Amino acid sequence: MLAYIIRRLIYAIPILMGVNLITFLLFFVVNTPDDMARAQLGDKYVTGEAIELWKETNGYHQPLFFNDKEEGLTALTETIFFNKSISLFTFDFGQSESGRDITSDVSQRVWPSVMFALPTLLIGLWVNICIALLVVMFRNTGLEKAFVISFVGLMSVSYLFYIIGGQYLVTRLWNLVPVSGFQTGLDSFRFLVLPVAIGVIAGTGAGARLYRTLFLEEADQDYARTARAKGVSEVTVLFRHILPNAMIPILTNIVIVIPMLFMGSLVMESFFGIPGLGSYMIDALKSQDFAIVRTMVFIGSVLYIIGLIATDISYTLVDPRVRLN
Amino acid sequence: MMNRKATRYLAATLTTAILLTGCSGPWNNPHQESSVNQNQTVYYTNFQLPPQHFDPAISYSTDESMLIDQIYEPPLGYHFLKRPYELEPLAAESMPDVRYLNTNREEIPSDSPDVTFSKYTITLKEGIDYQPHPAFVKNSEGGYVYLFTDESETANYRTLSDFGQTATRGLDADDFLYQIKRIADPHNKAPLIGFLAQYIDGMSELTAELKTVERDGWLDLREFKMRGLERIDERTFSITIKGIYPQFSYWLAMHFFAPIPWEADRFYNNPGFKDNNLTLDWYPVGTGAYMMTRNDPNREIILERNPNFRDDFYPTEGAPGDKEAGLLADAGAKVPFIDKAIYSLDKEVLPMWTKFLQGYYDRSGENHGNVTQNFDQALTIGPEGVELTAEMQGREITLSQDVKPAVYYMGFNMLDDVVGGYSTEKQKLRQAISIAWNSEEYIEIFRNGSAIPFMGPIPPGIEGSLKGEAGINTYTHDWKNGKAVRKSIEYAKQLLTEAGYPNGRDAKTGKPLKLYLDVQAQATSKSLEDWQKRQLKKLGIELELRATDWNRYKEKMSTGNHQMFSYGWLADYPDPENFLFLLYGPQSPVACQCDGNNNANYDNPDYNKLYKQMKTMQPGLERNQLIAEMLDQVRADVPWFTGEYPKEYYLNNQWVSNTKRHGISKATLKYLKIDSEVRKQKQAEWNQPNLVPLVAGMSIFVALFVPAIRAYRRRQKLVINTDK
Amino acid sequence: MKPVILWSDALLFILLAAMITFIVNIIRNNQSRERWSRVFHSRLGMSCFLIILTYIVIGVLDSLHFRKAVEPVEGQEQTEVYYSSHINSVLDLMLGEMGEEKEKTYSAPFSLKSYSKENMQDEQGNTYRAYASLKHAGKHLESPDDKPLDIVLQSFQALLMGLLISALLIAPHSYWMTGKNGIYPWKTAYVTLTIIICLLSWMIHISSLYHILGTDKAGNDVLYQCLKGIRTAMLIGTLATLIMMPIAISLGIAAGYFKGWVDDIIQYLYTTLSSIPGLLLIAASALLFQIWIDLNPDYFATGLEKGDAKFIGLCFILGVTSWATLCRLLRAETLKISQLDYVQAAHAFGVSHARIITKHILPNVTHIILIIFVLDFSGLVLAEAVLAYIGVGVDSSMHSWGNMISAGSAELSRVPAVWWNLAGAFTLMFVLVLAANLFSDLVNDAFNPKTRLEAA
Repeated sequence: MLAYIIRRLIYAIPILMGVNLITFLLFFVVNTPDDMARAQLGDKYVTGEAIELWKETNGYHQPLFFNDKEEGLTALTETIFFNKSISLFTFDFGQSESGRDITSDVSQRVWPSVMFALPTLLIGLWVNICIALLVVMFRNTGLEKAFVISFVGLMSVSYLFYIIGGQYLVTRLWNLVPVSGFQTGLDSFRFLVLPVAIGVIAGTGAGARLYRTLFLEEADQDYARTARAKGVSEVTVLFRHILPNAMIPILTNIVIVIPMLFMGSLVMESFFGIPGLGSYMIDALKSQDFAIVRTMVFIGSVLYIIGLIATDISYTLVDPRVRLN
Repeated sequence: MMNRKATRYLAATLTTAILLTGCSGPWNNPHQESSVNQNQTVYYTNFQLPPQHFDPAISYSTDESMLIDQIYEPPLGYHFLKRPYELEPLAAESMPDVRYLNTNREEIPSDSPDVTFSKYTITLKEGIDYQPHPAFVKNSEGGYVYLFTDESETANYRTLSDFGQTATRGLDADDFLYQIKRIADPHNKAPLIGFLAQYIDGMSELTAELKTVERDGWLDLREFKMRGLERIDERTFSITIKGIYPQFSYWLAMHFFAPIPWEADRFYNNPGFKDNNLTLDWYPVGTGAYMMTRNDPNREIILERNPNFRDDFYPTEGAPGDKEAGLLADAGAKVPFIDKAIYSLDKEVLPMWTKFLQGYYDRSGENHGNVTQNFDQALTIGPEGVELTAEMQGREITLSQDVKPAVYYMGFNMLDDVVGGYSTEKQKLRQAISIAWNSEEYIEIFRNGSAIPFMGPIPPGIEGSLKGEAGINTYTHDWKNGKAVRKSIEYAKQLLTEAGYPNGRDAKTGKPLKLYLDVQAQATSKSLEDWQKRQLKKLGIELELRATDWNRYKEKMSTGNHQMFSYGWLADYPDPENFLFLLYGPQSPVACQCDGNNNANYDNPDYNKLYKQMKTMQPGLERNQLIAEMLDQVRADVPWFTGEYPKEYYLNNQWVSNTKRHGISKATLKYLKIDSEVRKQKQAEWNQPNLVPLVAGMSIFVALFVPAIRAYRRRQKLVINTDK
Repeated sequence: MKPVILWSDALLFILLAAMITFIVNIIRNNQSRERWSRVFHSRLGMSCFLIILTYIVIGVLDSLHFRKAVEPVEGQEQTEVYYSSHINSVLDLMLGEMGEEKEKTYSAPFSLKSYSKENMQDEQGNTYRAYASLKHAGKHLESPDDKPLDIVLQSFQALLMGLLISALLIAPHSYWMTGKNGIYPWKTAYVTLTIIICLLSWMIHISSLYHILGTDKAGNDVLYQCLKGIRTAMLIGTLATLIMMPIAISLGIAAGYFKGWVDDIIQYLYTTLSSIPGLLLIAASALLFQIWIDLNPDYFATGLEKGDAKFIGLCFILGVTSWATLCRLLRAETLKISQLDYVQAAHAFGVSHARIITKHILPNVTHIILIIFVLDFSGLVLAEAVLAYIGVGVDSSMHSWGNMISAGSAELSRVPAVWWNLAGAFTLMFVLVLAANLFSDLVNDAFNPKTRLEAA
């Protein structure tokens, strides 16, 4: 197992390099170092010298990929790409273009993101499973049909609508929770309850529907039929037999999502003013802060790869037949 | 099982209720009231974007000025109430004493043709001290306590509050000079380094010298001399600038010229501080009315009263009408009135606005995002201009407005083959478009009246912009019934015919005239584009929009690769020179191959001559005459065809007083007054939670289980029966 | 008139052609015909199909673009015919003046007056404030009090017209069907069709008299904008998948079939792409495309063409971000199929790779492609709204529901609220997505009885 994980981690290196290259290309085809300097220095009275100075002190004065003034290998190392990439791989994120320490910002902002995303995931999972079980219990009745159609109906509403509608009703008309913002500690409950509720409701349609099919598949298996034939009540069949078996695909599907929770939700965070990583990234894109964008993409891909590895491991844990090699 | 689930829901509901009621006051209060001392007067507001810089040498954005201008005090400032804007001494005891020098730096009269330098001598007020700060703390031997040589010693210091002790020291004239040298230091990346070097004597030489200096950590700028700076005694210093630049006084009212104590600079250069964001760019050290006690740009920034603030008093005189508006009720009282100002991060406009209406923000309008979108709902255009809607009046919200010294304009590229050029035909073409483009309607629809239609490059309230009939643009407007009325479309069509485009067609070929407007992709919308196309359609001209991102937009401007464009200018100081230079020929980016500001590439020799003449003149009648001539020239040539002068507002909740919008200065927090009692009462009144939907929702949810359980039981029985 | 074919039109026509060939193939092939007929057996499937078909027809009509000739001015000689830079579509013609009837600014649905008071001047030149009358609403009325009655009467008239048209359409078919014991729920189809036609006829008739959904900030008819949004939504839902499909299919099959280093490279490619946060990739690429367009202005004669190019760019990027899923599925399936005996046998007989892929593998993975196509559709339509909110959505020269929704959220907080923009876009979007979701469920059930795809 350990050998497998190590090997997968080594495989991750070329992927991260690829990601880094793509970020770099996408960013610098759109922006030049001059643009970045202007974005930082403002538009008024900025002289060419000021821009050159900025580029030099921030390390953007070199060529992007190939330095034809240098000989041999230094032609590749004395470039923006090399110098900016090398520090990333040592997890030294350095400073943003405006001079803030990125690591401290990220470690501060990750918590609000997680505090929103984790409850949304867990409560959503719980609600979806409950509803799906309920529907399975009433399978082949009118109730089931009504539920399934309403799942599809819920799925067909744009995510933005849940947010706009929920925010409008709960905060503007009913004054139940603050419109937006964030506070630490116990107080955070008031700020998170609405976004979490909206997140859960918005996910119910798709989630409950998926789990319903998973449960239904198990419900027709021989072991379930046998249990019923023995006179076990439907509730016991559902909870003792079907639920544990269906949990395996549900949980293995969720493992890949968990690392991404740290990245935060972009739309939710900006609507509800949660100072998490999602809004951090958008701010950086808007202010053309390459150092932050690059770091966030890098962290994102690392988390994604961790998710992939964790999924594979979780398969072996739930199913002894699967071997990692 | 169902019962168990139901109990679980019940439990969840109960916990929710308990948690919610556990908080004092209304449920939707976004502030943490418990963290605030009840005896303090607190002002609540927000910031929209995490500020990037608090270093007065670097910061150059309105959002940041909102905060640091309360902390740093430059030599001069603006009078809070008087309009037109008036400079007054702030850290200085009196206005600077200006002398004129020749090449040998000998004093000569100001009207002499040999003037090559102007020398500004500034004397400071007595008894100004810095805010308490760890940088000033000395031990019994007189050495500084918080000076470290190694990173390991500083690992425990993460924020400014981790330093146990603070101290202060008196302001010295040298601190002002230190800051100017900091601007010159290329290491600090000051945006104005290039611009100020054109004026301040010796600045570029110092920059060149500092570039070559090897540095390790802190560089003591006191050891470097700069030719134009002189410390006369501890309260007096002088700055020498090149040539005559009467507007330099206005620069002295900006935070770039605020004092920085060298101790602070050295303190923040302690090893390892930078990694914890302990920098001057992050924790300001000033002499102003407030000091920053918490800086968490991801959540909130807190300013608190500076205990060492000098004696400062509320102004005793104001503009006409201020007394009636109650703005002089506190005349002569000691400022500041507020103990603490809490700025929370709130990016989106809608939540910001909602919180203001709920009473959680005291004022609305401190951020510009508010102006564009939400004043829509608060303001209507009454017969007398903008007024508050009935709903706002019902809440006793007050409005304070001011015309910003800014102009948003749309112009032609004068180098363009179709719309550019200085022949009579081209002038008429541009005039026709200028008439057809109904800026009054634009302001009504898209700005809800919060702007004044364009009449020329100088906004109202700035010298040179005239009131009433004398101030209208006679090429686009007529004066009727005491009002400026836009000329008719028929007249514009006639001009267009004379320009060689009858009905918008080329007189020779019949080809429809098609024009291109470059816009910024972020700043446009479908409805705006539709409206814009409709303006030219009135003349039969087709308009095509070219939306691009900001960088490309700038690039088009600098290469002259545009036909029509829109742009804006926010003046640094309220002087016509700061607007008229936008049309000065050599400022054209195409001509100077630089980042010039004359995006229209307007280059009229007459205008250029007048501008050069007017630039060095002292304000007065003579200068005003020149300005009138220049305005007339511009109006005939029409390099800019439409635009507006934006207004700025504060909407104030009823418990806020002493608030008057100042178009330039942001350092007005010290005058603001808040009645916390009224606020508390109104907040409670306005934010009664409506529990009905919550309870109803819960009941429906529970009620749904009853038939479900029944159906389940029935079914369970049914199965058993058939089995048997 | 001069026909204009935008790039997206061309792609849409290709898609249509492909669909037609596909349908012809289905009818020829017994097995798939049987499967498809299962979809249409259900009444739900039939009505959903008709609803989607209506959207498609509107979308296609809106894709037949042309430029109107500019009429010469009297008394002026004109050697050449010039065309307006404004691009119209057949749909515009069918909707009559709906797109041209512009008011000054907001007005509520069915309102005769503007939404907010305006400054007006009486004869003496005094300013007063009142609600201004709209230019294009209720002009035929003699007095504003007649409005409710008039709406009822006119609606009645329009519905009658609709019923008549539907009767004309349905009668021959039902006559032809009599006696035949059809398995399809024709009655449901008739009812759905009648409802759709009545609705359309009502809309076209009434909208020539009133603004059914009011007007937006710049005074444009909201219903017209909503209808124009259909094309954008249909295109974004289909083109994104269409554009990425060739890449995903060829790479997915290649990876599964050739294995070895080909597989390694392709796996590397999609892992790398999918590990970049999707939204960042979309935002950056959209900007990139925008810049390419800015740098090559000569390729695009009008603003709409430019917007169109940007739109295709967006579809492409959306395709690229969703490419990995299909590629992975196809790879897995191909791996499985290429182990089967008959494929192994074909190898042994020396059949070429190209032939094995086209004859044995491709036909056996079509159902996956089909299912992904229908499943992705609604997700993409919904995604557009989120993209518009973030500011990387469809170009503002095109009508889109996403842009309407993101503008509408701010309008909702006006007092009194401007809800019609949001409501219009929401309703049309909801109906389309709901129909598509229900339909794709049926397709999925019919073609995918056992194998469970990783539904997202």
